[in-house]
Amino acid sequence: MQGLFTLCGLMAVGFVLLISVYLIISGLPAIREIGLGRFLFGKTWAAGQNQYGILPLILTSVYGTAGAVVIGVPIGFFTAVFLAKAAPKWLANVIRPAVSLLAGIPSVVYGLVGMCVLVPALRNWLNLPAGDSLLAAIIVLAIMILPNIISLSETALEAVPKEYEEASLALGATKLETYFRVSAPAAKSGIAAAVVLGIGRAIGEAMAIMMVAGNVANMPALTKSVRFLTTGISIELNYSQDGSLQRQALFSIGLVLFLFIMLINAFLNLVLKREKEG
Amino acid sequence: MKKKTLSLAVTALLVLALLAGCSESGMSGTVNTDGSTSMADVMGALTEAFREKEPDITVNYSGTGSGSGISGVLDGTCDIGLSSRELKQEEMDKGAVAHVVALDGVAVVVNPKNPISDLTTQQIADIFTGKITNWSELGGADAPIAVYGREDGSGTRTAFEEIVGVEGACVYTNEYGSTGDVIGNVAGNENAIGYASLSAVNDTVTAVKVNGIAPSEATVKDGTYTIQRPFVMVTKEGVELSEAAQAFLDFATSAEAAEYIAAAGAVYPN
Repeated sequence: MQGLFTLCGLMAVGFVLLISVYLIISGLPAIREIGLGRFLFGKTWAAGQNQYGILPLILTSVYGTAGAVVIGVPIGFFTAVFLAKAAPKWLANVIRPAVSLLAGIPSVVYGLVGMCVLVPALRNWLNLPAGDSLLAAIIVLAIMILPNIISLSETALEAVPKEYEEASLALGATKLETYFRVSAPAAKSGIAAAVVLGIGRAIGEAMAIMMVAGNVANMPALTKSVRFLTTGISIELNYSQDGSLQRQALFSIGLVLFLFIMLINAFLNLVLKREKEG
Repeated sequence: MKKKTLSLAVTALLVLALLAGCSESGMSGTVNTDGSTSMADVMGALTEAFREKEPDITVNYSGTGSGSGISGVLDGTCDIGLSSRELKQEEMDKGAVAHVVALDGVAVVVNPKNPISDLTTQQIADIFTGKITNWSELGGADAPIAVYGREDGSGTRTAFEEIVGVEGACVYTNEYGSTGDVIGNVAGNENAIGYASLSAVNDTVTAVKVNGIAPSEATVKDGTYTIQRPFVMVTKEGVELSEAAQAFLDFATSAEAAEYIAAAGAVYPN
């Protein structure tokens, strides 16, 4: 029996190894052929002209994720504080299931709503030709990372020992001061973990943003159509020929994305470790 | 039980032998074709139909691009080259012979609410290269133009850009991964213009006239609609094809192939 469980445990490790090795093997040839510098810092991605620079894709992914964090983290954090500390019970019981439902909505549905509601709205408000843009992608991503941030931050806030808050209130601090000066700092590594997890979700998302970002490999600008690392792979994979440099370069994008996500995970582990020790 | 199995096997063998004998000419062999990726659909339809006719002939297709398909047949590395453009003079000088099997029209589509219904090739080129950015410059509403296209590597994109003469110079607002996406999004945005294979165009979008000619099977066939390209099978002068390859070429250019070519979304030329 022990052996069976061990086998199950090892399977997960095996898959990770398999995917890593596969990505490295299939991602390296194109980088070698194009040159690491020209691949990572080239400003033009145009397979038709044999130009494979993914700087626009990297910057778009970074800006898009950063934008989502800038919008999503404050909203998520304040919602978490409200839920954990201030909300009347009945209201919390309405909001909490709504948040978990938000987490359960498939990303293609986010994309669909973004495509049918958000994109035409942006087109009309800003008088854009199409409306598919980095801005639309940021808004969709911000909503998508909300549940991650809210539920993790809330758990962290609720784990803060009651004595801290009671001491603060007894010293004459108001409730608001207590929540933001005492509870939030005490829960800060948990909240940081929530943010990092949100970043991980945002940078790995493909489907939803493919439907609202326009997918042209422009240098990122808020109202322009952009292409993320993830969507760069999915949009060109179908028609790229097997064995061509284009196909290989798509795997190299995958490798870069994989490294990004590994970095984020390593960072997350660091944060969680500090929480345990602190 | 054993006896039954044996007799079954023998029967099956006999039936197989009978079927093999049924093939129209009893030819066998392999035909290697090589070239245009845009011809994948047409080649798929043709090889499938041909397999039913001549089950013993295997037709291989590898999509490497028109240029390498033509040089392949000239170098003798394949039996039939496939090109989705007309042959160049220097290729013909080297002995390449073109057999047109199909024509492929690319329609330029706009939203039905857009009053513009007729564009010149030059205007289309200017729109797609970003020289014209507002519909009012063409006599339409004062609205920015959203230029929709396909992703790099798409055969439709290559064909459109080559024929209109805007290769690699297009400034797209959005790129989409399929013809259906382009049509769906043009149908959903009054500012949009895009292109799609003629066979995929439906009434949710308007296919504009190009230089006054509306795209249709008839105008593609008689050549008056200019955004079109031929699908060509290329052989080499003086090199005799194998029996199998000749049979496939004859089939592909015969009237019999017309329905399969139409099913693959192209226009039968003759």
